Amino acid sequence: MATQLESEAHANADAFRTEVRQFLAANFPEDLKGKGNLLAGLDGPTSETAVQQRWREAVGERGWGTPTWPKEYGGGGLTRAEARIVEQEFAKVGAYNPIGGMGVLMFGPTLLEYGNEMQKRAHIPPICRGEIRWCQGYSEPNAGSDLANIQTFAADMGDHYLVNGQKTWTSGGQWADKCFALVRTDRSDKHKGISFLLIDMDAPGVEVRPITMISGTSPFCETFFTDVKVPKANLVGKEGEGWTIGKRLLQHERTNISGGGRLAGMMDQSLGDIAKTYGETDGDGALADKVLRDRIADFEIRWNSFLLTARRALEESKAQGGVSEISSVLKKLGTRLSQERSELLIVIRGLQGLGWEGDAFSESEREDVRGWLFGKASTIYGGSTEIQNNIIAKRVLGMLDHQ
Amino acid sequence: MAVLSEEQEMLRNMARNWATNESPVSEFRKVRAAGEPQAYNSAAYAMMAQMGWAGIIIPEAHGGSDFGFLSAGLVVEELGKTLTASPLLATSIAASAILLGGSDAQKAKWLPRLASGESVATLAVDEGAHHHPLAIGTIVSGGRLSGRKAFVPEAHGANLFIVAARDGLYLVDKGDGVLLATRRLTDQRSYADVAFEGAAADKLAGGGDSLLDDVLDRARLLTAAEMLGMAQALFDMTLDYLKQRVQFDQLLASFQALQHRMADLFTDLAQMRSAVEAGLQAVDAGFGVARSATVAKAEANRVLHAISNQAIQLHGGIGMTDEYNVGFYLKRARVLEASWGSSGYLRDRFAALSGY
Repeated sequence: MATQLESEAHANADAFRTEVRQFLAANFPEDLKGKGNLLAGLDGPTSETAVQQRWREAVGERGWGTPTWPKEYGGGGLTRAEARIVEQEFAKVGAYNPIGGMGVLMFGPTLLEYGNEMQKRAHIPPICRGEIRWCQGYSEPNAGSDLANIQTFAADMGDHYLVNGQKTWTSGGQWADKCFALVRTDRSDKHKGISFLLIDMDAPGVEVRPITMISGTSPFCETFFTDVKVPKANLVGKEGEGWTIGKRLLQHERTNISGGGRLAGMMDQSLGDIAKTYGETDGDGALADKVLRDRIADFEIRWNSFLLTARRALEESKAQGGVSEISSVLKKLGTRLSQERSELLIVIRGLQGLGWEGDAFSESEREDVRGWLFGKASTIYGGSTEIQNNIIAKRVLGMLDHQ
Repeated sequence: MAVLSEEQEMLRNMARNWATNESPVSEFRKVRAAGEPQAYNSAAYAMMAQMGWAGIIIPEAHGGSDFGFLSAGLVVEELGKTLTASPLLATSIAASAILLGGSDAQKAKWLPRLASGESVATLAVDEGAHHHPLAIGTIVSGGRLSGRKAFVPEAHGANLFIVAARDGLYLVDKGDGVLLATRRLTDQRSYADVAFEGAAADKLAGGGDSLLDDVLDRARLLTAAEMLGMAQALFDMTLDYLKQRVQFDQLLASFQALQHRMADLFTDLAQMRSAVEAGLQAVDAGFGVARSATVAKAEANRVLHAISNQAIQLHGGIGMTDEYNVGFYLKRARVLEASWGSSGYLRDRFAALSGY
């Protein structure tokens, strides 16, 4: 039997659900039903129609795009249970969350933890409203897996820093308004010489060059800093704390790349169903190519247990109030399996699945080819698979290096 | 590890303590050395039953605790870690068949005896060396069951057989017309080919058309739980060994090639645990059992196969000796891998359940 407290909680949840439904009825444009704005999700408000903009502003005003962030900084101030209700109700009417980008996925949570009051008031509300696009200034030509080897230098000029150096693989750098960057403030200590600095992308001396990838797209850039003046107020934490803060941010990044949500979406259509549209079937509707059928089932079973692992990691971290030890395997596992899925799609479609351009190929065929190629980056960025293996071996399994 | 209730944690800890202290692998060595066809220690099973483990999935009205499959899986997993030989798994699977398909009278007759440990029961389906529940020749005529069942686990200790015939599942008491031929497998547990020659049979008439499939799914899940315990034990044992063994003046654990291999196995083990626990939870929730059980056993097969091979390799020469425990796990692993569905069988079933 439900206690009085539980009954009240249920009544409150029902009332909140009604509020969300009313909001959707009043604000969600029918035209956007079932559509997403992928760019909004990944890169922030880059290219919007007027309808998309109105939807973003409506959600941003409520703070429901960042539902659990504190209300005082423009977030929704919701409990996890309420946030789930928002998610469920949005899903029911086919509404997407228009607030996204690296500000939401990585920078915001980190700034809420490490930023000072002034910085939070300045930077969090525009993220909640989806107005500002952030990019990540981490990797450099000589600092990939060995990220702490960054050389971009921020010289102390009294009231400001003077930044010189080069960043690379800056996702969305060509569209970004601001950059959260790891810079060196001290050359004498590899890790403690790193600071976390916020840089305006339109400041004089910032130059961005998109890099064309094997997929034919240019989502990454090289970013050059030449005598860029950055106010000292833009330092997050203290000088020398950049490595600690930067690593914390990478945890958010890893969680997002392994991404329960986005990857789970791929399972909407089973590879078996796709294969049936390309190949022959038996009388009983089973794939005639038994070797292929076996490969698909083998993959989908492992994909299934990956999704179950993502769910378990979430439940464990909620129950223990900390990060589950298996979270460390999700990035590695999710990216590897996504790549495997792309490869299987090509096997299923044959040469029809390798089309580059032209009407002879469907939109999904063309997109999947680009996705297959671009997906090769997923086991490299955000800490390569090899780096993830180092982390698992050392931090989780306690296997220490040569002493 | 799935998020457990307080009672489940207590149960798990109790099983872990008992297995570690009362039933370490050295106990299985004694069973093996004794060489009896009924390859388990009856006194140990009586203790397990006394602690209530044989009645975990049995309703309170029939002498059990109605604690569910996840709870049963927790105990089976802990026993798997120390290779405890017992008819707990076989009896639980048989009990689930009676629960799903039995009449009130059948339940009242058998479930209390199974819960108390007084009786041991086992499921007999396959008639050859491969799991093939569609190829059943056993028939029942005038209440008499005839057929041959192959590699029936715990047949020696069982008083009751749940036998798959062409038209359904039957209860058959061990007695006249039931003949055992011992089949000693590499894991040195109790297996026998059982010939039923006009044995008296009592049909499990409930449970609908899917009764056999439903029972087999439960068999797959509890077997996968034992495999999970074995995989976890092998992983822990191997990690400990790498942290102790010195070569080239360095601990083996400090070599990156081995670190990455262990990271891979850790990842596999995480998947296996998620799949097995989710499958057991699906039975308790009464939702999506067929698919979850298929995924669970398939992942258990894949991961335990890999870990048991790597455990030998990473232990080096000592892992090849009979004196060391690793080999026992490898041998049991392959037997369970082939039981209630090989990986190929399960992939076929998954595809069929998914409509391709």
